[in-house]
Amino acid sequence: MRRTSPPAAVVLAAAFALLLAACSSKSSGSSSSSGSSTDWQTATSAAAGGGMSALIAAAKQEGELNVIALPPTWANYGTIIKDFSEKYGIKVNSANPNGSSQDEVDAVRQQSGTGAQPDVLDVGQSVALENTDLFSPYEVATWSDIPDSQKDPSGLWYEDYGGFMAIGYDSAKFGTITSSSQLLDPKFKNAVALDGNPTEANAALNGVMMVNLENGGSLANISKGVDFFHQLNQAGNFVPVQATSATVKAGTTPVVIDWDYLNATHGSDDPNWKVVVPSDATLGGYYTQAITKGAPHPAAARLWEEFLYSQDAQGGQNLWLAGGARPVEMDAMTANGSIDQSLAAKLPPVTGSPEFMSDTQSTDASTYLAANWTKAIS
Amino acid sequence: MAALTAPADVAAPAVAEAPRGGLYGRRRRRLRTFRFVVLSSFAAFFLIPLSAMVAFSFRGTEPGSHTISAWRQIGSYPGLLGAIEITLELALMTAVVMLVLLVPTMIWVRLRLPRLERVIEFLCLLPLTIPAIVLVVGLAPIYRQIRIHATLSALMLFGVYVVLALPYAYRSLAAGLDVIDARTLAEAARSLGAGWFTVIARVIVPNMWQALLNATLLTVALVLGEFTIASLLLYTNLQVALYEISRGSLNAGVLFSASAASLLFAFVLLFVLSYVVRARGGAGGGSA
Amino acid sequence: MAHVEPRPSGSSRRAWWTSASWTGTVPFFAYVGLFLLLPTGIVVWGAISNGHGLDLSNLKILADPTVRMAFWHSIELCSITAVVGAVCGAILSYAVATGNPNGFIRRTYLAGSGVLAQFGGVTLAFAFTAAIGPTSGFLFHASWFYSFPFGIALIYIYFQVPLMLLVFLPAVLGMRDEWREATENLGGSTWDFWHLVGGRLLLPAFLGATLLLFANALSAYATIQAWENQIPYVVPQEISKSITSEVGLASTNEAQALAFGMILLVAVVMTAYVLLQRRTSRWLH
Repeated sequence: MRRTSPPAAVVLAAAFALLLAACSSKSSGSSSSSGSSTDWQTATSAAAGGGMSALIAAAKQEGELNVIALPPTWANYGTIIKDFSEKYGIKVNSANPNGSSQDEVDAVRQQSGTGAQPDVLDVGQSVALENTDLFSPYEVATWSDIPDSQKDPSGLWYEDYGGFMAIGYDSAKFGTITSSSQLLDPKFKNAVALDGNPTEANAALNGVMMVNLENGGSLANISKGVDFFHQLNQAGNFVPVQATSATVKAGTTPVVIDWDYLNATHGSDDPNWKVVVPSDATLGGYYTQAITKGAPHPAAARLWEEFLYSQDAQGGQNLWLAGGARPVEMDAMTANGSIDQSLAAKLPPVTGSPEFMSDTQSTDASTYLAANWTKAIS
Repeated sequence: MAALTAPADVAAPAVAEAPRGGLYGRRRRRLRTFRFVVLSSFAAFFLIPLSAMVAFSFRGTEPGSHTISAWRQIGSYPGLLGAIEITLELALMTAVVMLVLLVPTMIWVRLRLPRLERVIEFLCLLPLTIPAIVLVVGLAPIYRQIRIHATLSALMLFGVYVVLALPYAYRSLAAGLDVIDARTLAEAARSLGAGWFTVIARVIVPNMWQALLNATLLTVALVLGEFTIASLLLYTNLQVALYEISRGSLNAGVLFSASAASLLFAFVLLFVLSYVVRARGGAGGGSA
Repeated sequence: MAHVEPRPSGSSRRAWWTSASWTGTVPFFAYVGLFLLLPTGIVVWGAISNGHGLDLSNLKILADPTVRMAFWHSIELCSITAVVGAVCGAILSYAVATGNPNGFIRRTYLAGSGVLAQFGGVTLAFAFTAAIGPTSGFLFHASWFYSFPFGIALIYIYFQVPLMLLVFLPAVLGMRDEWREATENLGGSTWDFWHLVGGRLLLPAFLGATLLLFANALSAYATIQAWENQIPYVVPQEISKSITSEVGLASTNEAQALAFGMILLVAVVMTAYVLLQRRTSRWLH
């Protein structure tokens, strides 16, 4: 008997129709700027390109922006992206929110020349310094307000926001914590966690360094920090899980050593959550912005940077502050009064003198950790 | 003659005439107890972590309080519907391409080139040997070319998804092929004058419905649950969107609610899919 | 039927590799060539080169004691979860197969298994931590949760068993009542049936499914990273160490060398599997 199979035929037809549709929609995000007189790929400032209004017009024409590795709850990026998108009508494509700094530069290399190449990057200092060949120089309007030590003189990269390593904890459960030496106490059994693996993640690396400084170590030698975590592990207090808001909420990681602005979000569900920057170790770290070379949306990328470094009440700098991070132009903004005072007051107090790891110190610490971390906490 | 009928389910014919006592009665009872114990223990094992997840998704800020805000926030993400749509389309395309590619090839090899069978088996195991994070290093250049020359659409992920589904689909289809005597079926059909297309499509395939269904279920579930490769290649699919939602909310319970919602969605979809295949019992199966 | 090696039909006079039958496999090999062999080749090339030419120094990482330990742990974890998953899954398959083919139970288990077989990653690890974690478990606090391989093996088995159900069920369903009746007629018991007839006929499919479970556990990464990510127990975690970095110490070539090692491992396991299949199917000739 004849057996036709209409369902199978329909399904096959649908699948191939989809394939044709996908291939023919050579969609969005192709680099344009054909009509404008400026080539925004090489413009090194808004003024050089014909002024802010020209920049805004060109960016709107491009219509899209590719960002990468910007989790919405990280330093208030969710609001920043939304505000930028609404203000200029530009669609922001946020890819790989889970990514590390290395993932970001890998993505730029892997997708270079395509419409999916990330336009702008927000990476750790060391990764930035190693990949300057991927960047396009640009100086924002408020360039002079960025401290010299926190930007590249030729405009390839510029720091954006930072914070200090802090301990976040539930005060109702653990009382008051002022320094990490208290964490060896038996009441912290299975409680203390880092934000990731220190051989892989910046936040975790700085966490170990903070503890290192508290225990008599120095920026050049992280061994005392590793020893401390060894002791912590022996006492059964160390939880080998990456701390996130979810693990804090689930009770898996009740004490977290992380950047102060991230710690602020970990405990957002908990009214008793406290974040303390230890007085005996004020270890700071800033992240770095850059525009990629050959970006598919060069004007939008530059407009994004202008937005991030704008000192308006609703500009990027204050939005980062709302996320608990310290914007790089904070000193200048405090001087000229554009800083949002109420938000600034919410930052955890910093009592010691701030220290920052240099690029060499980061590399040396990483090398030491790569050789000794696993042994220490096994 | 038994080989030409569709494989009957092991218990189906026996159920009708089951006597109460004696050997068959005892066997019936033993089987029933066995089924009850096995099915309920596994059900409990599978449901426990799921219920923990659901319980957490309802947890509120104060200990002991409950709220559905974690569930409501799933709907707040504007790109979610688009991501669902694209993932469903991806699932359809991946399943179709996988079936069209794998089924005829496996049957052909089984019938005509049996020495090639181990090669195909190894190739269909290879996608599982390389972790996604490093496979992307090899995939990125290919997808770069696809982006430049074809399209930026996430639908092109079907290319790699078919390959990811190969191990599971192959094993399911091989199990189905193993239990039918494909050579005899083919020889009988050929001796009656059937061409190769008829042999594959109208003689062998209809005897493999359960295997085909299972392969499709695994493929669809794979596409619905895939996260790593999509996010590393900078595409947005359902899991990437759900991840964004969970990272975008200060309510940590959203991770759990998004996950539970995605599982429920996939379950309903697969359940409905299973109705496509109605098991054929006894004689009069797919063979002409 | 077990997997036998019949004589190839068609003209057996000419050498088998010149037979026109090959054209039927072209679409498959073309597709697999592009989306699987090419990326794999790129990764393997990255393992044995340094961007300019052949350079085997990256493979030195395979001799590193921590890496060898990671391979050993991978084999350990994958073997345990594959065998336990296969046995449990086979039992579950039989329980599902003996029910009403159009019934609610069969459909629920199939759909549920499809979903759970692909359920992994962060949420699965979390769900388990929420259920039995040492600090947060609502069921009980398992002190062994973070010791390798116990906690993570349990989590892996959670998705191995449904996978086994799905890939083994077609084989179980292919068993005939006639075989059971024939055994009975010859005076055999249930045990005799399984031991001498059913078990042996299902063995090739069982071995194949176990192999799949082994490979499935091998490259799983997100789940074990979410379970714990401070100590790199298994090879994918070592790969993550090589590939992820916030301080620019990433080495993609090392990661590719590790992946190459994993391919070699699977090739070895697959060879053992083929030999085993050949031995067990001998009696069927």
